[in-house]
Amino acid sequence: MWNEIRGLREGVDYGTPPRQGQPVTLTVDGVEVTVPEGSSVMLAAVEAGRAVPKLCATDMLESFGSCRVCLVEVEGRRGFPASCTLMVAPGMEVRTQSERLTQLRKGVMELYLSDFPEAEIADGWSEFHRTLDDIGIKTHGYGTGRVHFDLPVDDSNPYFLFDPAKCIVCSRCVRACEEVQGTFALTIQGRGFDSKVAASQDDPFMQSECVSCGACIQACPSHALVEKSLFSGGYERA
Amino acid sequence: MSVTVYVPRDAAALALGADATATAVEAEAKRRGEDVHVVRNGSRGMVWLEPLVEVQTPAGRVAYGPVAPEDVPGLFDAGFLTGGDHGLGHGPTDQMAWLKGQERLTFARVGITDPLALDDYLAHAGYRGLKQALELTPAEIVAQVTESGLRGRGGAAFPTGIKWDTVLKAEAPQKYIACNADEGDSGTFSDRMIMEGDPFALIEGMTIAGRAVGATFGYIYVRSEYPHAIRALRSAIDTAREAGWLGNDIRGSGTSFDIDVRVGAGAYICGEETSMLDSLEGKRGMIRPKPPLPAIEGLFGMPTAVNNVVSLASVPIILDRGAKYYADYGVGRSRGTLPIQLAGNLKTPGLVEKAFGVTLRELIEDYGGGTASGRPPRAVQIGGPLGAYFDESHFDLPLDYEELSENLGIVGHGGIVVFDDTVDMAEQARFAMEFCGIESCGKCTPCRVGSTRGTELIEKIMHGEDKSTNHQQLLGLLDVMENASLCALGGMAHLPVMSALRLFPEDFGLEASHVE
Ligand SMILES: Cc1cc2nc3c(=O)[nH]c(=O)nc-3n(C[C@H](O)[C@H](O)[C@H](O)COP(=O)(O)O)c2cc1C
Ligand code: SF4
Ligand code: SF4
Ligand code: FES
Repeated sequence: MWNEIRGLREGVDYGTPPRQGQPVTLTVDGVEVTVPEGSSVMLAAVEAGRAVPKLCATDMLESFGSCRVCLVEVEGRRGFPASCTLMVAPGMEVRTQSERLTQLRKGVMELYLSDFPEAEIADGWSEFHRTLDDIGIKTHGYGTGRVHFDLPVDDSNPYFLFDPAKCIVCSRCVRACEEVQGTFALTIQGRGFDSKVAASQDDPFMQSECVSCGACIQACPSHALVEKSLFSGGYERA
Repeated sequence: MSVTVYVPRDAAALALGADATATAVEAEAKRRGEDVHVVRNGSRGMVWLEPLVEVQTPAGRVAYGPVAPEDVPGLFDAGFLTGGDHGLGHGPTDQMAWLKGQERLTFARVGITDPLALDDYLAHAGYRGLKQALELTPAEIVAQVTESGLRGRGGAAFPTGIKWDTVLKAEAPQKYIACNADEGDSGTFSDRMIMEGDPFALIEGMTIAGRAVGATFGYIYVRSEYPHAIRALRSAIDTAREAGWLGNDIRGSGTSFDIDVRVGAGAYICGEETSMLDSLEGKRGMIRPKPPLPAIEGLFGMPTAVNNVVSLASVPIILDRGAKYYADYGVGRSRGTLPIQLAGNLKTPGLVEKAFGVTLRELIEDYGGGTASGRPPRAVQIGGPLGAYFDESHFDLPLDYEELSENLGIVGHGGIVVFDDTVDMAEQARFAMEFCGIESCGKCTPCRVGSTRGTELIEKIMHGEDKSTNHQQLLGLLDVMENASLCALGGMAHLPVMSALRLFPEDFGLEASHVE
């Protein structure tokens, strides 16, 4: 449905919503591509067939810039801007792949892995797992440390459950609730490492303002918010 | 004839008992039938002498300090009302070596005037800059500020004139000036001293900024830990408005500008400009990606000049004396003066305003008087909690943006914190990471997770656990935080940690060769 509304190609996530505007031509990894002014470099990269990895972006939602795996290099510019929040400019020369970018993306994914249940890495099929495959990393070098695995699963809702152990705090559910559903039932609570998804005033989902629309389930890249129907024998934490 | 006695109202002086001292002076004068008028001025910046009492004599102001209430009768006995000798006396204030060598441009009035008296402000060159500005076009004001070489004193050192030019050229129904008075850096207090000691200078600077960029309203975002500054600002704003220096059609010029004071929410991250704008809008302070720059899309989506207190308070003198006057101070691309805040283990800490180019050694040894403990200084941290550490081999470095950056450090907001040889630099590095973790807004992963992992890795190294593996892992992490974080909190946390590792590997139990 989203793809129809937005006139996008079926099954492709452009990372950021389409824009209308004057055509802007740039190159992504040498491929010339023309997109409307106001589009993100991430969208242009998809259009050019050079999609960059991403976790917090999806074309249903406005860009947020929090996961930092979509970093790219731009000719004549210092640093590694996030392609989801970077707007296209005429003549821009974008590089989506380099040793340096791979190193940084691996470094970021290692941080995610350091707070993700090890047993859930191997057989997962979520967007998060695909991103791990794309970037080519499955382990981390941080050893033991603080994790979020002890937070309880919230299965109060009859249709879906929330497992905080698998949450990568990308905020997509929060933004989907707000931007797609207009409900504001979810927030990120706490700061820094303590940041976590909370429904209303940290209530169980069923007791919160959640209307069970499912927008957050669709948005979640890591199956932390997931339909119960996928688990026939009941959900068991790995 | 009434004698004027000055007792500071600055928060540092108050913390050291200035109120009781002021009361004692008034009571003792009354008891002795002396006609004394006590003025509560700002601080001269000699923190170790607070409460510093000054007496106005025909030959100028004479200083005594630190004055406790019980010293007051003795001072009267010694004839301090006419500048008489006393054990606490320091002679004429402006001849004191500590003050004499300074180049006080931004702080010209601080400690000298009654901060809340508009007539005192006007008598000391106040509002001369705005009067000049009202004769100039907005573009001419921006050109003056650009030519002065003034760069943002909040930390990022971005040229103020160029920022203003962007706001001036942006077209919008409303524009804003947002003054950043969150002053969160450890060991810094220059913003506070301006707001408490010369609030009209900030108000004048903001009004000039408003005229320069076409903004009719400004906010001052002050941290809640600064109640005296908040009160001083509110009082000065009311006074300025009553006298026609704020509000509609300022002094018949056709220019309108007004200011509101907003109190911060107590988070270090709310000092980062985009987060501050969120907080000003009444939201939880979270980092916004840039672009869009606040100069184009800032407060309530409108073009906004976000500037630090010291940046804005330096503007009146630039307009009054001319861009060249200001630019004649300083070195290289660091023009003008910097109010440097000396703190930590020093005998004589406080506020030193000097032209860029002053060496660390002058600051630490001459002004700071060496360590308070008497032990050798071992490390200094410059530029707040995310600034780099330096060791004694760097003490001859001139303080200037480019020099420090070549030496892998920052000037930041001009705070210098000194540690003696008992400091454990591994613990300092661990603390830097912990600080980053506590203050992280949690939006981006390199900082949200990385700050906690960094703290853990340094702890493991300190405990001797897999030292070289964990050291390598830490270097990789710092690289990711530096280059992949969304804002400078995560993006600068490597500075204190890397400098500690590089200069003091022995504190981590690491070989120097490991760290190179
Ligand atoms: C974590 C963080 C904290 C900051 N805190 C402050 C602050 O307390 N005061 C300040 O003026 N600038 C602070 N800054 C810098 C501001 O983002 C911004 O650069 C500055 O207010 C712009 O004003 P200026 O150009 O006049 O310096 C901070 C930046 C970061 C990344
Ligand atoms: S629950 Fe899913 S969508 Fe929500 S923050 Fe966690 S990982 Fe992201
Ligand atoms: S670096 Fe830290 S403070 Fe800055 S956006 Fe990322 S999480 Fe927030
Ligand atoms: S996809 Fe760009 S930062 Fe997450």
